[in-house]
Amino acid sequence: MTRKPLLTTLAAALALCAGTALAQTGPLKIGFITDMSSLYADIDGPAGAESIKMAIADFGGKVLGRPIELLTTDHQNKADLAASKAREWIDQQGVSAIIGGTSSGTALATNKVAAEKKRPYINVGAGSARLTNEECTPYTVHYAYDTVALSKVAGKAIIQKGDKDWFFLTADYAFGYSLEADATTVVKANGGTVAGSIRHPLNASDFSSFLLQAQSSKAKVLAMANAGGDFVNAMKAAKEFGIFKTMKPAGLLVFINDVHSLGLKNTEGLLLTDGWYWNQNDDSRKFAARFFEKFKRMPSMVQAGDYSATLSYLKAVQAAGSDDADKVMATLKSNKINDLFAKNAYIRADGRMIHDMYLMEVKKQAESNTPWDYYKLVATVPGDQAYTTPAESKCALVKK
Amino acid sequence: MDLFGIPLTALLSQLVLGLVNGSFYAMLSLGLAVIFGLLNVINFSHGALFMMGAMLSWMGANYFELPYGLMLLLAPLGVGVLGVLIERSMLRRLYKLDHLYSLLLTFGITLVLEGVFRSFFGSSGQPYSPPEWLTGATDLGFMMLPNYRAWVVLASLAVCFATWFVIEKTKLGAYLRAGTENPRLLEAFGVNVPLMITLTYGFGVALAGFAGVLAAPVMQVSPLMGSNLIIVVFAVVVIGGMGSILGSIFTGLGLGVIEGFTRVIYPEGSATVVFVVMAIVLVVRPAGLFGREK
Repeated sequence: MTRKPLLTTLAAALALCAGTALAQTGPLKIGFITDMSSLYADIDGPAGAESIKMAIADFGGKVLGRPIELLTTDHQNKADLAASKAREWIDQQGVSAIIGGTSSGTALATNKVAAEKKRPYINVGAGSARLTNEECTPYTVHYAYDTVALSKVAGKAIIQKGDKDWFFLTADYAFGYSLEADATTVVKANGGTVAGSIRHPLNASDFSSFLLQAQSSKAKVLAMANAGGDFVNAMKAAKEFGIFKTMKPAGLLVFINDVHSLGLKNTEGLLLTDGWYWNQNDDSRKFAARFFEKFKRMPSMVQAGDYSATLSYLKAVQAAGSDDADKVMATLKSNKINDLFAKNAYIRADGRMIHDMYLMEVKKQAESNTPWDYYKLVATVPGDQAYTTPAESKCALVKK
Repeated sequence: MDLFGIPLTALLSQLVLGLVNGSFYAMLSLGLAVIFGLLNVINFSHGALFMMGAMLSWMGANYFELPYGLMLLLAPLGVGVLGVLIERSMLRRLYKLDHLYSLLLTFGITLVLEGVFRSFFGSSGQPYSPPEWLTGATDLGFMMLPNYRAWVVLASLAVCFATWFVIEKTKLGAYLRAGTENPRLLEAFGVNVPLMITLTYGFGVALAGFAGVLAAPVMQVSPLMGSNLIIVVFAVVVIGGMGSILGSIFTGLGLGVIEGFTRVIYPEGSATVVFVVMAIVLVVRPAGLFGREK
């Protein structure tokens, strides 16, 4: 090779290497990837991005003298889109951390990218407990809830009420599989049986065929291992086809937005697991009021989780004195979290954020006094019991 | 009671659902067949115009509080007008060219329509409830059939039959059929063929719009609802025979039932069974089951 091309090549190679290093000056960039337009857009979506902006503003807009910048994108529930955006942001924009929204498929894909590139990945919206089990990494935090907690809290409560023969209507992707598997474990451990399951495509337009097959199984409980728009549509179709004359609904992941869509008449008595409720204390109510002013609806646990995760991350960066991933992760895992989302919560070695989970029951129309007054608290389950215990964990990072 | 090892109730309920889906296939493929028969245009925008029918119905209900019954008339009219505009301004320039150009144009129109609506409404569906007079369900013994779905089947059959009657048994229909065979000769007789073509296109897409209004309470009113259906509808038209009216009606219903049947026996195959049937039919009878070799 002659000299000039050699030098150019060398210079280009050096420039490429420099791109992946963290910039120590200039804005601190946080990336937020979630479903902004499809079936999960209401429970997280653009309002989740706003919650993150609120957290950044409340923190002061700057950390370690650097202004904080938020990048957002819509992954449309496509894992490859999420992963390639995360990669692009880290490589070309120098993003320091990524906050993950809904859809377990995209979360698992982004998780791998974050581990490879050594950036903190705080997932708030996705459900699959695989993020802190089989797919755990030193750089991932799973924040608001997971499929294990959903199964152990509401799943167990429903079985203990006496409905022991279940049939699963499962969303055909990572989240559905995780939730069905974790719920099946709980059902069997409590003396129940699973008559069968059927998978429906994500964002299915017509549930009639799947529901009729569920009904023909003669099981007593229709367990819905899906969420958001899918859960709402399945419930509506089930009512239309008279499925609830022979089966009881069990919503394994129900958000307050879903209850609002369906109305109390169609959801009263439903037992569900929640990680946060807008009406649970003064701090939560204050945040809810700010959120309501902007969006005319109450925040879900994911949106509150987005706020809290951002705040926790920024506090960790401040305390660690740098945005270096290893230092920040160490700080995150050594401090307690006390804010509007959770009290006395902590992040375990496997990345699981351990906080209290709540077993809620949807109120009857007559019991609800004010708008969005939908839940009554049945029980509080401490995080240590709700989430995967160290003994059950499939992650190498947690000590058994 | 079991038939082929499957509980009879499960079988019958899936067949009934299959009939409902088949009604949509029949209506949409009817529009496609009519348009292809006269215009020789492969109207790829049929799915998007179906979506527009549903969207107009939803917008009418949400923004203007118009009742469903009124939208059953207004939405197809609106879609028909849009069709006439498309035909007049863009499609008619392509008649002299290969089929492929009109396919590409209508495909492009689909992308534009779906993209515009997706940017406003996102890709998940807007809820749309059936009207008061069609709520509730009838107990058929083996399943509860929501009254609305029974209405879908009846309305589709009525419209399909009416269309067939007009085309096969009336003077207007005779002109249409003549125009399909030999437009030059028909024009020589003094019939305004270009106008007929425009109105036929408008009518064909109005059928799609009508199907859209029927579909709004059944599927989610989403910008992508048409693209999910259109591929299957094309398969239906190919199986029935391009240009055959009766063919598309029977094939549409029949394939809906076959799909329902497959859902019970082998659910994973329900999405592909239509194409398997299409492949078999093309090998055995290339012109389609009811088609004529041109």
